[in-house]
Amino acid sequence: MFGKLSWSAIPVSEPIPLITSIVLILVIVGVLGLVTVKGWWPYLWREWITSVDHKRIGIMYCLLGVVMLIRGFADAVMMRTQQAAAIGDAHGYLPPEHYNQIFSAHGTIMIFFAAMPLVIGFMNFVTPLQLGVRDVAFPTLNSVSFWLTASGALLVNISLFIGEFARTGWLPYPPLSQTTYSPGVGVDYYLWAIQISGVGTLMTGINFVTTVLKMRCPGMSYLRMPMFCWTTLAASLLIVAVFPILTATLAMLSLDRYFGWHYFTNTAGGNPMMFMNLIWAWGHPEVYILVLPAFGIFSEVFSTFSGKPLFGYRSMVAATLFICIVAMMTWLHHFFTMGSGPAVNTAFGISTSIIAVGTGVKIYNWIFTMYGGRVRFSVPMLWSLGFIFTFVIGGMTGVLLAVPPADFLVHNSMFLVAHFHNVIIGGVVFGLFAGLDYWFPKAFGFRLHEGWGKAAFWFTFFGFWITFMPLYILGLQGMTRRLQHINIEEWRPMLLLSVLGVAVIAAGVVCQVVMLVVSILKRDQLRDVTGDPWDGRSLEWATPSPAPFFNFAVMPNVEGEEAYWGIKLRAIDTQQLSPEPKYEPIEMPVRSPVGFYTAFFATVTGFALVWHIWWLAGLGLAAAFAGFVVFAWRDVHEYHVPVEEVARVDRARRAAREAVLARLAQQATPS
Amino acid sequence: MSDLGLPASAEALRRIREDPHRLGHRAHGPQEPIQGAGHGVTGPAQKRIIVAYGFWIFLLSDIVMFACFFAAFAVQRGATAGGPGPQDVVEVPRVALQTAALLLSSYTCGLSFAATNARNKLWTQVFLLATGLLGLAFVAMEVQEFVSLASCGITPQRSGFLTAFFGLVGLHGLHVTVGGLWLLTMMAQLQVKGFRREIMHRLLCFNLFWHALDIVWIGIFTIVYLMGTVP
Amino acid sequence: MMRARAGLSVVSAFGLVACSGGVLDPVGPVGRDTSKILIDALLIMLAIVIPTILLAFWMAWRYRASNTKAEYLPYWSYSGRIEAVVWSIPTLTIMFLGGMIWIGSYKLDPFRPLPSQTPPLEVQVVSLDWKWLFIYPQQGVATVNELVVPAGTPVRFSITSASVFNVFFIPQLGSMIYAMPGMVSQLHLQADHPAQLLGMSAHFSGDGFSDMQFQVKSVPPADFNAWAQGVRAAGPVLDQAAYAGLARQSHAVPAFSYSAVDPTLFHAIATQHLPPGPGPTPPGPAGTGRETTPAGKG
Repeated sequence: MFGKLSWSAIPVSEPIPLITSIVLILVIVGVLGLVTVKGWWPYLWREWITSVDHKRIGIMYCLLGVVMLIRGFADAVMMRTQQAAAIGDAHGYLPPEHYNQIFSAHGTIMIFFAAMPLVIGFMNFVTPLQLGVRDVAFPTLNSVSFWLTASGALLVNISLFIGEFARTGWLPYPPLSQTTYSPGVGVDYYLWAIQISGVGTLMTGINFVTTVLKMRCPGMSYLRMPMFCWTTLAASLLIVAVFPILTATLAMLSLDRYFGWHYFTNTAGGNPMMFMNLIWAWGHPEVYILVLPAFGIFSEVFSTFSGKPLFGYRSMVAATLFICIVAMMTWLHHFFTMGSGPAVNTAFGISTSIIAVGTGVKIYNWIFTMYGGRVRFSVPMLWSLGFIFTFVIGGMTGVLLAVPPADFLVHNSMFLVAHFHNVIIGGVVFGLFAGLDYWFPKAFGFRLHEGWGKAAFWFTFFGFWITFMPLYILGLQGMTRRLQHINIEEWRPMLLLSVLGVAVIAAGVVCQVVMLVVSILKRDQLRDVTGDPWDGRSLEWATPSPAPFFNFAVMPNVEGEEAYWGIKLRAIDTQQLSPEPKYEPIEMPVRSPVGFYTAFFATVTGFALVWHIWWLAGLGLAAAFAGFVVFAWRDVHEYHVPVEEVARVDRARRAAREAVLARLAQQATPS
Repeated sequence: MSDLGLPASAEALRRIREDPHRLGHRAHGPQEPIQGAGHGVTGPAQKRIIVAYGFWIFLLSDIVMFACFFAAFAVQRGATAGGPGPQDVVEVPRVALQTAALLLSSYTCGLSFAATNARNKLWTQVFLLATGLLGLAFVAMEVQEFVSLASCGITPQRSGFLTAFFGLVGLHGLHVTVGGLWLLTMMAQLQVKGFRREIMHRLLCFNLFWHALDIVWIGIFTIVYLMGTVP
Repeated sequence: MMRARAGLSVVSAFGLVACSGGVLDPVGPVGRDTSKILIDALLIMLAIVIPTILLAFWMAWRYRASNTKAEYLPYWSYSGRIEAVVWSIPTLTIMFLGGMIWIGSYKLDPFRPLPSQTPPLEVQVVSLDWKWLFIYPQQGVATVNELVVPAGTPVRFSITSASVFNVFFIPQLGSMIYAMPGMVSQLHLQADHPAQLLGMSAHFSGDGFSDMQFQVKSVPPADFNAWAQGVRAAGPVLDQAAYAGLARQSHAVPAFSYSAVDPTLFHAIATQHLPPGPGPTPPGPAGTGRETTPAGKG
């Protein structure tokens, strides 16, 4: 009746997951209880859960990403401390079966449920605003994408207290991930969580390719788009091209596990090497999906906080598309040591190095953006400068790893671990934090506290280096990755130093949380009155903060490369805003529960498939399909925003801007 | 906010107008900036184009997924583990019938779309029904093939080759089945709602999907079945 | 400030590493060549990376908003000359590295025999859950978790796995290579002088992975023959029955040896005529969904 599930799936004999689960359940129940008592459910349902507004969805993605980032960080703390505690005869506090789940969960959560949602959240929030349009191409699909991603995250977290998670690493290589060697439900939780969220991500890719290519405001040709939109396009193209590979590969592994097929088995003609090729054909472009939007954020930040346009815009576009294409030609560098032979290794070693050309061009162009500028060391700029230092070194170690004979020494070692954290943290995470500070006022109407933001940066920056420099050394000392206990005494000093670094990063995390709390408490002092707190150059800064749900009362007509800059300067120059436009009623998409509903049944189906509860899985699928049909039956897809409301919102915006102009005029004339 | 004085804005506008570094602000040539002269400057596209374009991108992604299964088939074609090989599995006459059914269904699907464009509900439904029945025939024949193979002990659990074979052909059959479910839904919606704008968009997408499945089948038919008769 | 810190880190890092028996402390020709490539590539790239980072910080500092002496060029955003340089630097570096990659990959192909006057020693390697089996076909003996090789003699390893993927790695001897079920990888290594080295698996393979290290002893050739004779004198025999016992999951297995080996054993393992090792003993009480902890020590 309940498949493999029974009460003993709850880990009553394992204190750490048990206590974590109890605490988490209490927190969740507490939050849900608070919301109920305060009567916030109608508001939440109407304004957030069923919202198809790209800004709301973007914020929810970022919220999901931040929560999972904290969980992933907790896993990281456990890993570092376990390794430092389990040297020689000591065995630490995490037995292998538990430790192996933790490092697998750490990687899975960080990539799929922290970094991806955060990056996609930014793409969601910013891109339509920068393109001067009102929403993405398929707003309802956007909501479905978000909720499917959340569903995957939920499944991974459920595995904490019902059953177990995968013990195979963040990519479940066969034969280890086959039922012979991993008979538990862990790999199945992984498979369904990733498949479900993968569908959501693929739909996001389709959504944004269509939005960027087919929906821009009048006058915005391709070469007038902000750089962030170009990187959104490149990342979305990569998503569309490679997420089907992930879906296919995990489906093949699922067929092996559930039905005894032989895609990747040890015997009977199965081919585990094929899994390596397929999964990394997805896996390498995946990291570029993460880093390209971060590069886009840096382009925006460097130009805004230097007070100049981005240097070499067309070069940057070319470099972005170059990286996008070459990223799909480098996957074999993840397994140079699999013995493909010198010709193949050489080809992929060279293609991997070639990507450094595109990235190098970008770095230099950012540097030259600062040339002749007036650089303001705001929090986003600090993250960007920290990125240049950190990412360039991380990229360098990457090119080192791209040399096959060098890779033969450090493949799968702590050197590798240090490298990819170097580029992911230095590139993606620093970019996300820069973007968070940069666009927070646009999302919520007030800035983040600068002092705590700077403290967070310094702690994180130094903490990162203190944590990961020792790991480079450990890799060169011969230490391989994923060890639950360490039998070699020489490795102790660097392991201990690394834990110290983690404490410093933790201080940075605390600073971020404090920054958020303090900013909320002091929001009136930090209010962004004008909508343009940073002297921005692109269209999102033409809107008030927070932006109205329809973004622009009248779609802007773009004449030049920096769409908002010319408008702003003309206004300052002539001491007046452009004339009030003729307001017209606006059509906006209606909200829809289909995303939440579909994801709910996706979670049910996924859980049922993990535990082999076949009737429940069938029911879940049928319910999801039925819901889709019912939703598709609706007659009303859009509603009209009356002219009066459009005019009211926009006139308030114009009044705020006029006040700024007046203030500027007063400052200019000595009195 | 910035504290730039008067000349800066004039400078900004001059640079936009003159574009000394040809950064793409204007059409090719020394004239004034031209609105709407290519380069996608006329504002967001119509809904119909957006829907169709997005669906095309989805189809491309679906073809990537099929490509993975084709790749697995190519890799594992020889991995018979001492069991049945391609020649033991391929039955060309039945496959020829299947191909005929599917190709014919593509034709009827096209006819249904012609009727849709003419806003003729009766003939749209008739040809959609024909498409569905032909698709059902295709799936029925495929199921029959799988059942008869299984009764000879030729199952995907036997070898890598059989896994790849059943996986690729089965994935396509699954797509056709899901397409059939979609078709039924479309017929119902069309009947109740008529040719509303979103129904037209969905029929367009359905047509694209059905033809794409046909194209994939040509690939399968050639690579798996026709090439399977050759050692 | 940050520059000095970075420099200090790099210097101290290498100082620490050079004394510590890792990949930068090679004991054989393969290790020497690969580590040399690693260092050379690093130095070439540092020559680009350090000036770039310095340029970035200098640029940010010189053009900081409070520095009114620096010229403000609010519209300067293009320079053909700079673009040319900026595209060229990475391109040229990569072309140079490409040459290194090409030459290095061919010269240090694990499948390529080492040039030597001495005939190579054959060692067949099988990775099991979670220990290493070494078969010496020329000596007719086998060891578990201990590898003994004669110094100055090239060793030809034929490597397979009897369960999941592993990676055969001796950091101080150089290159590593995958151990894969149903396939045989080859690796050629050599220890130039007698030493005690560490070997390990460098690919996560399950719950007992952390103990999958093995001792590597490089001994003078005469001592090697004496050792082989001693092993032949006493100890269990590795036949198919003994192998079946060995293939069951166990970890932290202390080193031991077999006095005789079935000569067809490796081939049978590599072609999977002998089935791969079994997984964990059946899962725990029904409904936990969790695997049991692996069986006790070997």
